[in-house]
Amino acid sequence: MSEHAEHVVSPKIYLLIFAALMVLTVTTAWAATVDLNAYFMGLNIIVALVIATCKASLVVLFFMHAYYSAKRTKLIIICGVFWLAIMLFLTMGDYATRSWEVH
Amino acid sequence: MHRTGELYGQFQTLEQQKASATLGMWIFLATEILFFGGLFLTYTINRQAYPDVFADASKTLSLPLGTINTLVLIASSLTMAMAVWSAEVGKKKLIPLFLVLTLILGSIFLFIKGIEYHDKYVEHHIPGLPFQFEPGSSVATNAHAELFFSLYFGMTGLHAMHMVVGVGLLIWLLRQSLKGRFTPDYNTPIENVGLYWHFVDIVWIYLYPLLYLIDRHK
Repeated sequence: MSEHAEHVVSPKIYLLIFAALMVLTVTTAWAATVDLNAYFMGLNIIVALVIATCKASLVVLFFMHAYYSAKRTKLIIICGVFWLAIMLFLTMGDYATRSWEVH
Repeated sequence: MHRTGELYGQFQTLEQQKASATLGMWIFLATEILFFGGLFLTYTINRQAYPDVFADASKTLSLPLGTINTLVLIASSLTMAMAVWSAEVGKKKLIPLFLVLTLILGSIFLFIKGIEYHDKYVEHHIPGLPFQFEPGSSVATNAHAELFFSLYFGMTGLHAMHMVVGVGLLIWLLRQSLKGRFTPDYNTPIENVGLYWHFVDIVWIYLYPLLYLIDRHK
């Protein structure tokens, strides 16, 4: 039952994560005002979503203790994200290949 | 009925009971991913279909207010995490303090959201009410901008509704914590409300770039 032993995350780690989240938020707001698409088409969206995913991961892993949690909890998280990915990728794959349809 | 740290009949140990509660909360959050996921999917499809109008409509949102709200919500996640920590280490007096801070930050978020909604009302950007995107916009542009704002209000509205529920839960926790209910052995309610609060934070972490940021450079 050792996996149930509660791991108390120290305030120091919370403050560190908080600081990282603040820096990432300011970075993404600044990056949005720069025309990154000039370098590579769609780079603005990619940068914004990569930063958002970094922020979300920090929140899930440390604020929500997923990093320290039981394997079955991690399984539920992965399932949730995986089903979302199925929904997004298959549907967008469908839309992206409807060449006969004019919007 | 819900007594502090009592072991229910179907569990063998308190640890097992707590692990089950945590697992149940995560399963609920997994269904919430799908709940919001449908809206994110609808947004993606329509943004791809009408990229130019969506970009113009996105730029009418206030970047400063959106950014401030993101920072406020992240700060509220920190205070929520600190409330959970206070309960875990048995600092009983700190629990209500951090809960109140979370409550205040959550309310600031909702207040700023209200200002933004009011701005949209003044600009005639609320679908269903007399809607005019820009003076002289064509019928098609108006229709597609209305689609953007329907999604904007749908997504941020559902998010704000979750915030309101969270505020209600915080008030409940605050009452319980003032009665001294939470100890290092029994803090499942704080921990699970914390998980919910952080989840709602994550939804905003994605709403912010998708609605406010990605077309800002155009």
